[in-house]
Amino acid sequence: MKIIKAIKTAFAATILLGTGSVLAAEGEVELKHQDWSFNGAFGTYDRAAMQRGFQVYKEVCAACHGLKYIAFRNLMEIGFSEAEAKAIAAEYTVPGAPDEFGDPTERAAGLSDYMPSPFANEQAAKASNNGAIPPDLSLVAKAREGGPDYLYSLLTGYEDPPEDFELGDGLNYNAVFPGHQIAMPQPLFDDFVTYANGPEASVDQMAKDVSHFLMWAAEPKLEARHQMGFKVMAFMLVLTILLYLINRKVWANVKKKH
Amino acid sequence: MATSTFEPKNRLVRWVDQQLPIFSLLHGSLGPGYPAPKNLNYFWNFGSLAGLCLVVQLVTGIVLAMHYQPSTAEAFGSTEHIMRDVNYGWLMRYVHANGGSMFFIVVFIHIFRGLYYGSYKAPREMLWMLGVVILLLMMATAFMGYVLPWGQMSFWGATVITNLFSAIPLVGEDIVTLLWGGFAVDNPTLNRFFSLHYLLPFVIVGVVILHVWALHIPGSNNPLGIDVKSPQDTVPFHPYYTAKDLFGIGVFILIFAFFVFYAPNMLGHPDNYIPANPLVTPPHIVPEWYFLPFYAILRAFVTDIGPITAKLQGVIAMFASILVLFILPWLDGSKVRAATFRPVYRFLFVILVVDCFVLGWVGANTPDRVLIDLGDSTFDMLHLGQIGTAWYFLHFLVLVPVISRREKTKPLPESIANPVIRPDAHAVPAE
Amino acid sequence: MASSDHTMDEQDGATRRDFLYVASAGMGAVAVGAAVWPLVQQMNPSADVLALSTTEVDISSIQVGQSVTVLWRGKPVFIRRRTGKEIEEARQVDVSALRDPQTDAERVQTPEWLIMVGVCTHLGCVPLGQAGDFDGWFCPCHGSHYDTSGRIRKGPAPKNLLVPQYVFKTDTKILIG
Repeated sequence: MKIIKAIKTAFAATILLGTGSVLAAEGEVELKHQDWSFNGAFGTYDRAAMQRGFQVYKEVCAACHGLKYIAFRNLMEIGFSEAEAKAIAAEYTVPGAPDEFGDPTERAAGLSDYMPSPFANEQAAKASNNGAIPPDLSLVAKAREGGPDYLYSLLTGYEDPPEDFELGDGLNYNAVFPGHQIAMPQPLFDDFVTYANGPEASVDQMAKDVSHFLMWAAEPKLEARHQMGFKVMAFMLVLTILLYLINRKVWANVKKKH
Repeated sequence: MATSTFEPKNRLVRWVDQQLPIFSLLHGSLGPGYPAPKNLNYFWNFGSLAGLCLVVQLVTGIVLAMHYQPSTAEAFGSTEHIMRDVNYGWLMRYVHANGGSMFFIVVFIHIFRGLYYGSYKAPREMLWMLGVVILLLMMATAFMGYVLPWGQMSFWGATVITNLFSAIPLVGEDIVTLLWGGFAVDNPTLNRFFSLHYLLPFVIVGVVILHVWALHIPGSNNPLGIDVKSPQDTVPFHPYYTAKDLFGIGVFILIFAFFVFYAPNMLGHPDNYIPANPLVTPPHIVPEWYFLPFYAILRAFVTDIGPITAKLQGVIAMFASILVLFILPWLDGSKVRAATFRPVYRFLFVILVVDCFVLGWVGANTPDRVLIDLGDSTFDMLHLGQIGTAWYFLHFLVLVPVISRREKTKPLPESIANPVIRPDAHAVPAE
Repeated sequence: MASSDHTMDEQDGATRRDFLYVASAGMGAVAVGAAVWPLVQQMNPSADVLALSTTEVDISSIQVGQSVTVLWRGKPVFIRRRTGKEIEEARQVDVSALRDPQTDAERVQTPEWLIMVGVCTHLGCVPLGQAGDFDGWFCPCHGSHYDTSGRIRKGPAPKNLLVPQYVFKTDTKILIG
């Protein structure tokens, strides 16, 4: 049993050291850890925060960043009603079926359509962004070390560069971004968006809200996962105790002989 | 297999068994007809756990294949489609992705148990070698499976690993082109990896059957490493070890479920949620955690020796680190199996375990990361990896053969049922 | 076995049988080989993959000191319009001291344009431009350094960055492949 414990500890230590050291080598930046409502075994998303986050995405981020794995129907998962989701979808146009002469058409988006990308293709994205391609944000919260904490820290990490820092042409200084030079200019400023009801739209609040929203976009099944996880763990715990008791009973007569 | 004692009472069972002795087989291999040493500890649970992992991977994998599209244009999106839209798709995928890691944890513990208790020694060499074949097949399967979601780590992992074959003199480049089916990792590569990722698990099932068959010839080894001498030493497999295995499975599923439900991406790499891009290499290419020690060995060689390039040395060493296990039964000449009675071997075993963790740590880091600054020179990750690699081979190729012939072992107990040391016991038992 | 002619018979028979066995085993092996050949060959690049093996690039807009990366056979190709300093650096290297000895002149058609496959010869990563200890390229995967002519100078890679076949169709257009 001692060996098992030792091996387990060593295993955990290796994983921690391994990932930790990779992190340290990369940025050596302390992320601003937030107390997200979706953290922990029973964590759930905050619908109001996600709706505010969607508003920030739509009014700020969407100018450059796509969200291609999110369909308008998915917006009902963050608390919009069907009518509201339909209304949001109708603000966008998507390519329709070719008309009777075979020419391309456009139509208003519906619930089953996906969020249109801001650029027609990579070349267009590059051309209007000084050579850098703004990444699609559907999975960004899972595609960065630190996840939503990283996004929040990045969005609130714009500062004046230190005196001796040589900033590249068209780049911006960010304390959190690896290498500190980021092509994206500071996207959020106080009261950039107007929240219909709820907190003041400070940079901090908007960064939190949009990070929350993007976490949902990357991991929409988190709530289902947490709920099922609790049921599975509880069930398996009881079953394992039963199996333990059976095992002990089966072995009782063998053990006694010693 | 002791099948003759099986006398079914049920007439239908008897009729089936006469024409297809499947019940006799079960009775003799997992049932009361299979006597197992009574002193097996919990490390002996990992065989059945590995079997469970294989079944879980097969079932979830077949289900995932019903939704996955093996083309470079569709692979990443179809994986997201599974995660977002397929009913319980996220569950299937997280079970499959974490199941791979669980499978390797279980198999590594299973292997180290064999190393500690001398399960590779006579009369179980064939059993051990079949196990090494399973490990190799698992590694190939896992590598190809990791390519399928077509994320950045998928693509670059595949590029780095397939490029290893270019180290082969003369025909290396042709072999790599043959593996790729093109001039880079691309659609043909993804397609064939999917085909083989589907096929190889069934080959593993075949070798597992041979592995279990080979197990039933001599029967299980045990923590004392001594032979079964009388019926008092054993208990029938059922109900004793079926009960114990089921309890182990319960504990295992609890740990497995923790990862699936509460830390499903902890063992993965964030970059694999970025679609593959042949023009951008991620700053740190790291393989899945279970390949890290081998990756460290691969990178430990940096100096060309005549026509043998550093790259070729690394590739040879990496494959040799597993192939050496094939000849281990003959490298270790000790007649005593369990490390419990081999103080020097036991000490070396502990160092080997530490060495493997160190190599894993090195594999997760960039080689030029400085560990100790010595002023005019530095001690880097690379150097630690070289020491770890040297020790790994020193252990198997020099230390084990030498100490196994010189070590003064402790006296062995008389029998499993009567685990006392014989008063007249000699240090090395005359067998 | 006792009589000698009996033995002769046996030997005759044995020789005939041996011939039959060897001949049919040989032909069987050929049959298996012939069956395996297409099964192995199907893995090699298919006709459509081979057909994509040339790429035409317009280089008129590339300034001195700029690089572009184009895709050729699924791999990045670096096209760099080198500065005078870079050309000078590349020429002053002592070729005999290199791991993969090549003069700069062997690697370019006109000194200003350096065209090479942007795949590290170690394990296939894409090196970063204008980085590393020799102002050329640096591979982030395992730390290989290449100079301003794309030659390996430091690190694990065994060979220089590969120069693909290319021709200048006009002064501003090249055809790679």
